[in-house]
Amino acid sequence: MRVHKNLIGIALATTAMTFSLAGGALANDDLQGLISDSKNWAIQTGDYANTRYSKLNKITADNVKNLQVAWTFSTGVLRGHEGGPLIVGDVMYVHAPYPNTVFALDLNNDGKILWKYEPKQDANVIPIMCCDTVNRGVAYGDGKIFLYQADTTLVALDAKTGKPVWSVKNAEASDGSKGESGTSAPMVVKDKVIVGISGGEFGVRGALTAYDMKDGKQAWRAWSMGSDKETLIDPEKTTQLGKPVGKDSGTNTWEGDQWKTGGGTTWGWYSYDPKLNLIYYGTGNPSTWNPSQRPGDNKWSMTIMARDADTGMAKWLYQMTPHDEWDYDGINEMILADGIEVGGKPRDVLVHFDRNGFAYTMDRATGELLVAKKYDPAVNWATEVDMDKDSKTYGRPKVVDKYSTQAQGEDVNTTGICPAALGTKDQQPAAYSPKTKLFYVPTNHVCMDYEPYKVSYTAGQPYVGATLSMYPAPNSHGGMGNFIAWDAAKGEIVWSKPEQFSVWSGALATDGDVVFYGTLEGYLKAVDKDGKELYKFKTPSGIIGNVTTYEHKGKQYVAVLSGVGGWAGIGLAAGLTKPNEGLGAVGGYAALSDYTALGGQLTVFAVPE
Amino acid sequence: MPIRMTLLAVTAGLALVAGLGSAYADDKAAAAVASDENGKYADKDGNPTFKIKEDGTVDWYTYSGFRRFNSDCFVCHGADGAGSSFAPALADSLKTMSYADFLSTVAEGRKNLKNGNDKVMPAFGNNKNVYCYMDDLYVYLRARAVGDLPRGRPAKHEDKPPAAKEAEASCMGG
Ligand code: HEC
Repeated sequence: MRVHKNLIGIALATTAMTFSLAGGALANDDLQGLISDSKNWAIQTGDYANTRYSKLNKITADNVKNLQVAWTFSTGVLRGHEGGPLIVGDVMYVHAPYPNTVFALDLNNDGKILWKYEPKQDANVIPIMCCDTVNRGVAYGDGKIFLYQADTTLVALDAKTGKPVWSVKNAEASDGSKGESGTSAPMVVKDKVIVGISGGEFGVRGALTAYDMKDGKQAWRAWSMGSDKETLIDPEKTTQLGKPVGKDSGTNTWEGDQWKTGGGTTWGWYSYDPKLNLIYYGTGNPSTWNPSQRPGDNKWSMTIMARDADTGMAKWLYQMTPHDEWDYDGINEMILADGIEVGGKPRDVLVHFDRNGFAYTMDRATGELLVAKKYDPAVNWATEVDMDKDSKTYGRPKVVDKYSTQAQGEDVNTTGICPAALGTKDQQPAAYSPKTKLFYVPTNHVCMDYEPYKVSYTAGQPYVGATLSMYPAPNSHGGMGNFIAWDAAKGEIVWSKPEQFSVWSGALATDGDVVFYGTLEGYLKAVDKDGKELYKFKTPSGIIGNVTTYEHKGKQYVAVLSGVGGWAGIGLAAGLTKPNEGLGAVGGYAALSDYTALGGQLTVFAVPE
Repeated sequence: MPIRMTLLAVTAGLALVAGLGSAYADDKAAAAVASDENGKYADKDGNPTFKIKEDGTVDWYTYSGFRRFNSDCFVCHGADGAGSSFAPALADSLKTMSYADFLSTVAEGRKNLKNGNDKVMPAFGNNKNVYCYMDDLYVYLRARAVGDLPRGRPAKHEDKPPAAKEAEASCMGG
């Protein structure tokens, strides 16, 4: 309401301002246009639907074997490099983890540096970034580059000069004293920039916030838990599985004030449906990792959210893992696919590969649950998701007592849980090809032992409360990952390609019938639609970045950031704990440090003439 | 807060001892058990140490340290102190690091700011989940460093001594 009034006020104030508002609307059409032109890669996720599919087809299943390195670029930073470059016209924008350097490179001049931006940040944010100082990349819109720094400063840079235009602090504290940090990529929607927050392991209460693209003024903020006013939930109109959620769901599913340190952070990727005007994203795990300490469903942690882009109001939501007991952080991306035939009818759906090992296909207008199936056969913490609409537990996972860290209790080591806290998939985004109607998914194949215990909360300090050990999925191929093709209509794996390490790189599908992904050893790999490997090249460091493609002067390029780190670099750098004897293969225990070393570098590939 | 201060005072006192070169856990012999106070073991210099029986049974504090480590520290230092892409393998560090240095590093943290590879060890001095278990962490890592304690969860451990229960209750509660 307040925002609305402000807008009118400004619009009336001067004609110049009115003009600039109109400019904002145009700028957004402009961004839509840039995104639809496959020569660019104008948004981290490839498009608003998060398909990571490109219509470019000069690199094909036939000629990809001739791929060669065209040029490379070092970021000068040695930490984990997630996300990827943006390509807008003749300029490429490359980002780095902390200190969050941004480079604009001239594609007409062999990647000459047009400008470089390096923010000054309090180094105290470094140790509160639980799993390395990663950053998932910048956003473009309205002639600006939006950088979301580790210290949660959102800064708008002039895309031509790199000069800051405005900046705003998203968190309560930017010195790490509350445990909040910024790792996610912003998304530009209409005249707004959407940002999330990290810090679920520090008891940070998550929120998604929209800022006015013009001046950085806050437009709305939707908390993951709290009063209906704070969560932007309408108790009558907001639905879960077709039913109104009712009053105060964001507080009455918690004991006392625990929701205030409740987690549900929002550091994944966001998608947007312009027709429905809805933004989709997932919320993270509830804090602490000790389930016995926070009774209740802990809403709305672990939830798929559909919110109005203009107001932030929740249209529908769905909690996948009520009362999490395993750190199955629900932040993974929502991929929007059209005309998927479920039960004989074409549906416009949202497909989500959750950390908990289930892949969900939902009607994205209504939030109806269509399919929920395991996308790794190793998943064992639940037998299935209850799909019976008349059941009292409709939509809830059927948890297996033996793997329930709540049922087993505090100070008990619950063993053999699959997947591990890393999830069957973490943030590394999957790709969807409308051509094959298949999803290409980078996955983890790792299980764990989990022992929860009592912890006390201190602001800015880790709030974990569970002892973990992780190991390759037993009785399998011994590796810690798979790259799979998934049929979201049936809920079935179409093919699965084993990998020695977790696949921690975002996939790319193309009209040239090639699918790309990176591996932790550092390989860029290309496979055909049946998963057959067509090409691989070992880049200087392990890949946890996402593969992108673009066209410049008539030539198609493929680009990817190397730079091992992130949670993958932590969990796997020195090899995982040896599981009980006889399980898995020897290769699975190998340390990643035997294959690759640190280093942030962009590698750009092309097929020579 | 009072606990943190005592901790730092102890640290300062021990730093002097460390200066004499006697508090280094550089080998198994130096870590040998010289005294046993209600299931809490100390070496000849009075620094906390581990006890591993022939059949692999570890003392309570080593076990407790394993649990605390693979919760609050492993996200940076890797499982079982084996190291990560950006934080040192403590199973090596503790081969040469003194008890006093360990306490002060964990309580106060450490910044190592090198352009492009900034490393920061957090300060845990006001985090009960850590400072109430400082000795446990030290003893566990010392066992990993010089005591041939293998990776993973120790299969067998001594019962939790009543003294440990009391100390935990008063530290976590206070
Ligand atoms: C946020 C990441 C992070 C966490 C969590 C963390 N550490 Fe560290 N720690 C570091 C880094 C980085 C260094 C190296 C600093 C440097 O280069 O000077 C370090 C250094 C140390 C050192 C000194 C090692 C040496 O070789 O000098 C000790 C001891 C230590 N940490 C103990 C712990 C303990 C015990 C815990 C758990 C209670 C813990 N750390 C949790 C990041 C972390």
